[in-house]
Amino acid sequence: MIALIGLVVGAVIGLYLDPTVPVGLAPYLPIAVVAALDALFGGLRALLDGIFDDRVFVVSFLSNVVVAALIVFLGDQLGVGTQLSTAVVVVLGIRIFSNAAAIRRHLLKA
Amino acid sequence: MPPDHRLANEEPAPNPWRVLARAAMPRATRGQLLTGVLCAVLGFAVVVQVQANRADPLSTLRQDELVRLLDDVTRNGEQLADQVAELRGQRNDLVTASDGDRAARDAARERAEVQGILAGRLPAEGPGIELVIADPGDEVAATTLYTVLEELRNAGAEAVQLADLRITASSYIVDAPGGVEVDGVLVESPYRWLAIGDPDTMTTALGIPGGALAVVRNAGGTTSVTPSDLVQITAVRAVDAPRYATPVPADEVG
Repeated sequence: MIALIGLVVGAVIGLYLDPTVPVGLAPYLPIAVVAALDALFGGLRALLDGIFDDRVFVVSFLSNVVVAALIVFLGDQLGVGTQLSTAVVVVLGIRIFSNAAAIRRHLLKA
Repeated sequence: MPPDHRLANEEPAPNPWRVLARAAMPRATRGQLLTGVLCAVLGFAVVVQVQANRADPLSTLRQDELVRLLDDVTRNGEQLADQVAELRGQRNDLVTASDGDRAARDAARERAEVQGILAGRLPAEGPGIELVIADPGDEVAATTLYTVLEELRNAGAEAVQLADLRITASSYIVDAPGGVEVDGVLVESPYRWLAIGDPDTMTTALGIPGGALAVVRNAGGTTSVTPSDLVQITAVRAVDAPRYATPVPADEVG
């Protein structure tokens, strides 16, 4: 419940402040968001599996975001930023889908 | 990358909805708080990113993407400019061609009219004279009449008709019993000429002392010249296409 409230509060703050993304951060924010979404779904799945651990969740969330951003940063330095960010999005998207499928199996038994 | 959350198959899983409900109970544990904070950060980031993307989709693109986009746009613009130039050229060509065609058609029609009148192929009208030569005694020779025709031509007659016959460059007049034979047709007195041209010039030319009409009168005929503002020459003559003569190709002329 606190997680949901936090989500809503964060969204409201974002709407209210309406900050502009710094130019240097612009390529990494969408990747970081996707990585965080992946961590969120992973945490939800772990919760349903009964092995949820807040420490693991926090570490996975942060490391997910940082690693994703790092990969894109590295790709930018190597000149393959666009392709690498696409790759990261694809991989994270697949993970989100498989996590969502596991959650669905838990909740709906189907 | 996140750590693996493997399925725990050892213990029988409790009702997942109950697990969810228990997790949703607001408890001020450390895990709940941390999760809440992280979720807040996620929500914030999502909203910021969505806003930025909606405000200006280009601002979230990286440099090489922007460069490629710019290249594409520039190349598209160049292609379109080329197309514009090409189509404009085609249009100009078509306009010029149609103008040229029209001019050629007009010139051809004009030439056809001029040559039709000169060759006797077309009826003609205009200012001119009517000349009647009465020769009841059949004393006027064909050569005298031919002199009259020559005089008319010299005076600038552009179309000439004798009786019902159109007189052209190939017309001939020969003596025949009871009159003269013109282009194979017998013509009897009175000889009625129609000529289109300057009436004053032709009248003067015919009437000069010792001229064509004087010869006719000396031979025993009578003449009467009537200038008119509108002489209609209706007789036409079929022109055969030349059998042997062909035009010299244009590039060999001159």
